[in-house]
Amino acid sequence: MKQTFDRGDGKLVLAHVIFAFAALLIGGIAGMLQGMVRSGMVTLPANIGYYELLTAHGVLMALIFTTYFIIGFLYSGVSNTLGGRLYPLTRKLGWLGYLTMSVGTIIGVVVILLGKATVLYTFYAPMKASPWFYIALALVVIGSWLSGFGIFHQYSRWRAENQGKLSPLFAFMSVVTMLMWQIATIGVAIEVVVQLIPWSFGWVDTINVVLSRTLFWYFGHPLVYFWLLPAYICWYVVIPKIIGGRIFSDSLARLSFILFLLFSIPVGFHHQLMEPGISGFWKFLQVVLTFMVIVPSLMTAFSMFATFEMNGRAKGAKGLFGWLKVLPWKDVRFFAPFMGMLVFIPAGAGGIINASNQMNAVVHNTLWVTGHFHLTVATSVALTFFGIIYWLIPTVTGRVLTPKMNKLGIIQTLIWCVGMLFMSGSMHTVGLMGDPRRTAYTTYDDHPDAVLWMPYHVAMAIGGMILFVGVILIVYNMFALMRAPKGETEYPIGQVSEESEPTPRFLERWGIWLGLAVALILFAYTIPLIDMLNNTVNSPGYVTW
Amino acid sequence: MHLHRLEKIWLTIGIGMLAVFLLVLGTMAFSMGTTTPSQHHHTIDPSEVSTTAPFDKPGLTKAGDKHFEAVMVAYAFGYEPQTLEVPAGSTVDFKVTSSDVVHGFSIVGTNVNIMVVPGEVSQISHTFDKPGEYLILCNEYCGTGHEYMKTTIVVK
Repeated sequence: MKQTFDRGDGKLVLAHVIFAFAALLIGGIAGMLQGMVRSGMVTLPANIGYYELLTAHGVLMALIFTTYFIIGFLYSGVSNTLGGRLYPLTRKLGWLGYLTMSVGTIIGVVVILLGKATVLYTFYAPMKASPWFYIALALVVIGSWLSGFGIFHQYSRWRAENQGKLSPLFAFMSVVTMLMWQIATIGVAIEVVVQLIPWSFGWVDTINVVLSRTLFWYFGHPLVYFWLLPAYICWYVVIPKIIGGRIFSDSLARLSFILFLLFSIPVGFHHQLMEPGISGFWKFLQVVLTFMVIVPSLMTAFSMFATFEMNGRAKGAKGLFGWLKVLPWKDVRFFAPFMGMLVFIPAGAGGIINASNQMNAVVHNTLWVTGHFHLTVATSVALTFFGIIYWLIPTVTGRVLTPKMNKLGIIQTLIWCVGMLFMSGSMHTVGLMGDPRRTAYTTYDDHPDAVLWMPYHVAMAIGGMILFVGVILIVYNMFALMRAPKGETEYPIGQVSEESEPTPRFLERWGIWLGLAVALILFAYTIPLIDMLNNTVNSPGYVTW
Repeated sequence: MHLHRLEKIWLTIGIGMLAVFLLVLGTMAFSMGTTTPSQHHHTIDPSEVSTTAPFDKPGLTKAGDKHFEAVMVAYAFGYEPQTLEVPAGSTVDFKVTSSDVVHGFSIVGTNVNIMVVPGEVSQISHTFDKPGEYLILCNEYCGTGHEYMKTTIVVK
């Protein structure tokens, strides 16, 4: 059989995946320890702090694991669908991005472990970390930009060489994901380069705190869509192929991604609903814009289940739910992402609660929020990414998935779901009682309300331990896949259903969509930003850890 | 662009519910007084908190019948004043600022849950109907002693 994936490109993809899972392993150790500390099961030795662990966990899981995996996955699909191999410049940019991000990550982790940057992954000013922490973050962002430029180059050169052809769906979605990332990271880049670095070196004495928080959340919310969109690519493009079906509609898939590009950015205020310095009108306006992403989410849910049902009926399934039976439940490449989709239903509903303007007061900064994003990113997205490696690693390394590995994958998925049920379930419940997130072991001088939270902390810790077993198993699986028997595995790219109508070309007129995205951002942010620049008193920096 | 008939129904119901929900949320926020906290933009020099009125004398003052104003300073790792006491049924207008980093101000068992940002004064009102000892805690990470940052308000 002929080689299904360019081996040189495969090395680049694999390098990203291995780095991602190394971050997952270290972040997982930190996470399990946090659960044990918070429940009072263990006390850390004096030289390790709870908040250092928390910073490492957040940075490694939310920023490093995700970004590396996403870039590796997007490069694999772009290589496969846009000509079968990366153009030389794309590959160069991919490696350059990888090296830049890796230098940043290593500096960042060292600074965190030295206790010079115990500011958590949100690094809110005026807590002042070592300048090297901010430089490390800047390098990670710049590296991801270089990788993004590589994807843009591949796409535009392919289009120039294939005039008049519709671009492959995977490539289109990768371009949207990276465009959104570029626009969103401008906010955090300005915060880090213009505000934080000069201030932490001592070149300026004070910082505009409200502005820094706003720039952070301008980036912080689209960040969650940067995690989610690659999972959606798997759901839209890969899953139909794996179940032996067809993509429901190419044009609706593209439209939903365009809507994500437009509505995931001008919405950061819904993370700042409880804070001063922003008027209630602008908060509510951004709440309305936030809720617009529900539309493409509903479209995605419809498409997924339409694909499943059409596929089932084509295979002769009868009755209202007969099509459920013919889904490949014993195939981890389907089962893991499917569990991710299922979890996304309560996860998305929880997100709507969080963003509901005044209702945010009930859950803001409680463990509910932590429970929420452990369902979204740490289950829906993570399980989808886990499910991807069972075909991605064999494809890029010229190997095949064995029945034994498939079984280990199913077990890993189940462990993850059970662990998360315990952990996220108790976080949600105890959060509603007011239990704060990001807080080490405390009973607040045995206050009766806080003492009642303890049993939930124990359940969280048990969930955390189960999840740690899941981390160990997925890391083992990744290495075992790299040693699987030789063979060729096809890259699973779904075909569009014959009944689907041709895709309108305006969906690829980037000028329109970028223009609209910028217009919405200016509309949502200009007046509040002018207010922040004119009416805020700057603050000096503090090291409180 | 062609939409499947069932998808049209699905999206119409979904978007319709979304519109109704936002309408209810907006109406309650802006005409029934439940809008997000800190409506009045009020700044302060964060390095001068201890010498700027009213934060130079944090404490509880009576503003009327069963109506109090609580001027409070959040700092790493506590709140000034350290004890507050009001009769049941009192409405308390909280004015809180920070003399160092960002803090939280959450009263467990109520919907009082605001951010305290240096340079800004956060404001929120709450009526305490039930007697008890309410736990006020910091729910934004603020440094090593974050988990010890708390105070109480006693409602008699």
